[in-house]
Amino acid sequence: MNTPAKEKLVVIGNGMAGINTLEQILKLTDRFEITVFGSEPHPNYNRIMLSYVLEGSKTIDDIVINDWSWYEENGITLHTGVTVTRIDTENKAVITDGGHTQSYDKLLIATGSNSLMLPIPGSDREGVVGFRDIADCNQMLDAAKEYKTAAVIGGGLLGLEAAKGLVGLGMDVTVVHLMEDLMERQLDRQASAMLKTELERQGIKFAMGKSTAEMQGDHRVRKLVFTDGEELDAEFVVMAVGIRPNKQLGEVSGIQTNRGILVDDFMRTSAPDVYSVGECAEHRGICYGLVAPLFEQGNILAKHISGAETAGYAGSITSTKLKISGVDVFSAGEFIEGPQHTVISAKDEWKRTYKKVLLDNGRIVGAVLFGDVTESASLQKYVREGTEMNDEIYGDLMGTGSGCCGGGKSKTAAVEKMADDEIVCGCKGVTKKVIVDVITEKGLTTVDEIKACTGATGSCGGCKPVVEQILSFVLGDGFKKTVKTGICACTPLSRQEIVAGIKEKGLRTTKEVMNVLEWHNPEGCSKCRPAVNYYLGVIYPGEHKDEKESRFVNERMNANIQKDGSYTVVPRMYGGVTTPEDLKKIADVSVKYNVKAVKVTGGQRLDLIGVQKEDLPKVWEELDMPSGYAYAKSLRTVKTCVGNQYCRFGTQDSMGVGAMLERKFERLDFPAKFKMAVNGCPRNCAESCTKDIGIVGNDGGWEIFVGGNGGIKARLADSLCKVKTDQELTDTIAAVMQYYRETGNYLERTSEWVERIGLDEIRSRTVENEESRRALVASIEHALTFVEDPWKQVLNDKKTRSELFETAQPAVPQA
Amino acid sequence: MTTQQTNPIAAAERIALDSTDSFPSRIGRVFLIEAAEIAVFRTSDDEFYAVENLNPHPKGGPLAEAIVSGHYIYDPLYDWKIDLKTGLVQEPDTGEVRTFRVEVADNQVILFTK
Ligand code: SRM
Ligand SMILES: Cc1cc2nc3c(=O)[nH]c(=O)nc-3n(C[C@H](O)[C@H](O)[C@H](O)COP(=O)(O)OP(=O)(O)OC[C@H]3O[C@@H](n4cnc5c(N)ncnc54)[C@H](O)[C@@H]3O)c2cc1C
Ligand code: SF4
Ligand code: FES
Repeated sequence: MNTPAKEKLVVIGNGMAGINTLEQILKLTDRFEITVFGSEPHPNYNRIMLSYVLEGSKTIDDIVINDWSWYEENGITLHTGVTVTRIDTENKAVITDGGHTQSYDKLLIATGSNSLMLPIPGSDREGVVGFRDIADCNQMLDAAKEYKTAAVIGGGLLGLEAAKGLVGLGMDVTVVHLMEDLMERQLDRQASAMLKTELERQGIKFAMGKSTAEMQGDHRVRKLVFTDGEELDAEFVVMAVGIRPNKQLGEVSGIQTNRGILVDDFMRTSAPDVYSVGECAEHRGICYGLVAPLFEQGNILAKHISGAETAGYAGSITSTKLKISGVDVFSAGEFIEGPQHTVISAKDEWKRTYKKVLLDNGRIVGAVLFGDVTESASLQKYVREGTEMNDEIYGDLMGTGSGCCGGGKSKTAAVEKMADDEIVCGCKGVTKKVIVDVITEKGLTTVDEIKACTGATGSCGGCKPVVEQILSFVLGDGFKKTVKTGICACTPLSRQEIVAGIKEKGLRTTKEVMNVLEWHNPEGCSKCRPAVNYYLGVIYPGEHKDEKESRFVNERMNANIQKDGSYTVVPRMYGGVTTPEDLKKIADVSVKYNVKAVKVTGGQRLDLIGVQKEDLPKVWEELDMPSGYAYAKSLRTVKTCVGNQYCRFGTQDSMGVGAMLERKFERLDFPAKFKMAVNGCPRNCAESCTKDIGIVGNDGGWEIFVGGNGGIKARLADSLCKVKTDQELTDTIAAVMQYYRETGNYLERTSEWVERIGLDEIRSRTVENEESRRALVASIEHALTFVEDPWKQVLNDKKTRSELFETAQPAVPQA
Repeated sequence: MTTQQTNPIAAAERIALDSTDSFPSRIGRVFLIEAAEIAVFRTSDDEFYAVENLNPHPKGGPLAEAIVSGHYIYDPLYDWKIDLKTGLVQEPDTGEVRTFRVEVADNQVILFTK
């Protein structure tokens, strides 16, 4: 009965610093009975990533760090939606807004900050928010649906990320900034100007040097009036002028505060057994507003409170990174030059990059980078340690190093000097030591493995360069050999080596390949199994028996899975042209099978969304149309414009040729999805520039473009060649497709492939060298004789149909 | 009128699902047992495993369409690696899916619900 009573640890604030501290404590001891109070109704989430939620690349679910079950598994009592209003430091208890009391032996205040809301007249109107939490983020997402114009007050990190998010949501956004320079607390004038130009390019407008005197409107804000009398329409306003440490709880409870709650080097406040970490804490005169220092504080407190040896916290040097895609900026330490500084700088207006390093007495004390931030990890290190500038470092930083490999050496040297408990991955709080340990103890050799094991690089990816440097530092030469080649963690072999192995040894199945080529993981993983299945298919067209069990769900089921387990069905609509009869069929089937939405896709056809798995075969049967392959690494759509059949500018029959090409090349497997467009004239209404192959008609022939991509990393297509006849057009396309099929890495889009292989090489193989061109065309024609509609295939195969699509109900339970 | 609903599944110890040869290697099949969906996998060494057809990811979704490798699966929606023996999600993700005992008798795959 008498288990020794555990010490009660109470945490106020269910945010990043508080819960990270708990995670560190749980690694060291189980002597606490833990209770957490949090005002927000959510489990602990990654506040940093609200910017990604706003931008649409992550959902709220994605950014949860510790879900509900984590608290349960660790025996933590969690009260969400509860605010602590007072601490009774004498009786060691906290009092909540609901009037409840909870006693503690040790107390941690981690209440973070609030958005600073300027008391501008009229700012109490509806439509004025800060940018701090999920609730704010949801308000922005909602506002963007209803309103057109937005103003963001504040041109700092938060304000710019908010503005970019709102632009992405389709709003007309103006950033209002008091100063003449954006992010003036992190950037110098030069970098700031370059940043502004880049953001303008991305659609953000700026009102610089403006101060808002009033917000006018009805119940809702409608416009801003500046002190100089100018006005700006805004139906939605985000105030991002700064944060204010949330210290009230300390104040009302008689704990010493200044800008924040005062703490010493072990994060102790003035009250006994009461600690504080995070943005609410003030250490040696500084309240931090970034996560890295908060994690360092938490780390030290965790050791201290668990009775482990630790040195005190001595403060952090922070660095800044803006999370807007396509805009790389970095700064650390002192970045505005004074008379005591020696300045090294380089500006490249063509590449749009800028670098500046400040020295004080020969030591590196600060830096700003714009455009190219590859040196950021090293610079952060140098600044932190006040490293003395020397020829080698200078060569690396300014790109004047002698020889080809000078850079690598000193970068790993910087990693070597990094302290063991320094946090490398800010998102997941992973230290250098943890990474070094998994490399040495588990024998990891790739960044992916480290990600799988520790989570580092898995979130924003910002720490990847440093993780790579640690890898190469620990593994030495071993790094380059293994990392460069293996297609996944299951094998050290590259695509070329696997393909060569298959051909030399006559391997026929993924199982054989993995066995004979000595995979570490006998049956491979979700990366290499589909890849090997694809390589086998290209090497043995018509002979390789496609392995359904090695296909990713969408390709196994011939439909796109939705998050609720239902599927979408996209029938072919060649060249984006349909008929009233087909539309009628689509309508009838959609009604009959209770389809949740019928959507016009970005690929010029219709998507039936929300079909139940068991209905898929019936839907295909009743549609009686070919599969559109919207789920496959195969030819997706051939987008067309109107063309010379009707358009007054048309010089070529884009609709006809588009449909012809789609019919000819559909159903073939490719390394990745493959999209085309055919245009009747250079006005390019069907957007050739972002397609794997884009075709533009001219008076007298066609121009062929390759390697365009409109997706994750957009790329404009390169002009490959001009041809005169439709036959030449078809042959050139066939040759390019086959060359890509044979040399592309699995999942490598043509945009990456063109850059890896080189446009000249592709042109030589597919256009100039007649022999190679003919061989490629012959190979693809051969492969095309074996393709078959997958929907028909399933309909004709009772066994597959029932195994894959039916939910079985066993007869009678046996008692 | 009060009907004392006896749940046949709660009471049942063992349920014969189907004959072993109706399970393709390394492709999941779904069975509806009462209101619950169970995903059954046959691994390459002809072992059988059953888990609830409910993705342990917070967003849920099915598991049956996973890629099977050894006694692990890679879930079809979020590519989480899950051990069929324990139901545990592998690092760096966390979570657990409910597992059920399965045996083969007279070429029948038998599921135990208790
Ligand atoms: C249906 C469609 C959206 C729409 O309604 O318009 C769509 C839907 C999906 N796209 Fe897309 N994409 C669709 C057009 C596009 C386009 C525009 C286009 O093709 O003109 C692009 C940019 C162009 C490009 O690919 O270069 C596009 C770039 C992507 C990407 C990024 C690819 C890249 O290489 O960067 C992905 C992710 C991936 O493939 O890994 C993706 C992935 C997806 C998936 C399959 C996500 C998934 O794996 O489950 C989406 C399925 C949604 C669902 O719930 O079923 N989708 N996707 C479009 C289908 C067109 C069609 O008729 O087949
Ligand atoms: C949009 C955005 C983007 C950001 N981007 C970056 C970035 O790229 N890099 C970076 O390093 N940092 C970034 N930050 C800053 C970073 O998120 C914060 O530094 C960090 O979250 C602070 O952690 P914290 O635990 O101190 O406070 P918080 O995470 O704010 O946690 C405090 C919690 O305590 C709760 N609380 C407050 N008072 C009480 C009370 N009395 N009772 C109960 N609960 C209470 C609050 O509701 C809150 O949930 C960003 C912040 C935002 C908003
Ligand atoms: S349809 Fe495409 S762009 Fe839209 S959410 Fe899905 S993957 Fe993203
Ligand atoms: S810092 Fe974001 S993933 Fe590591």
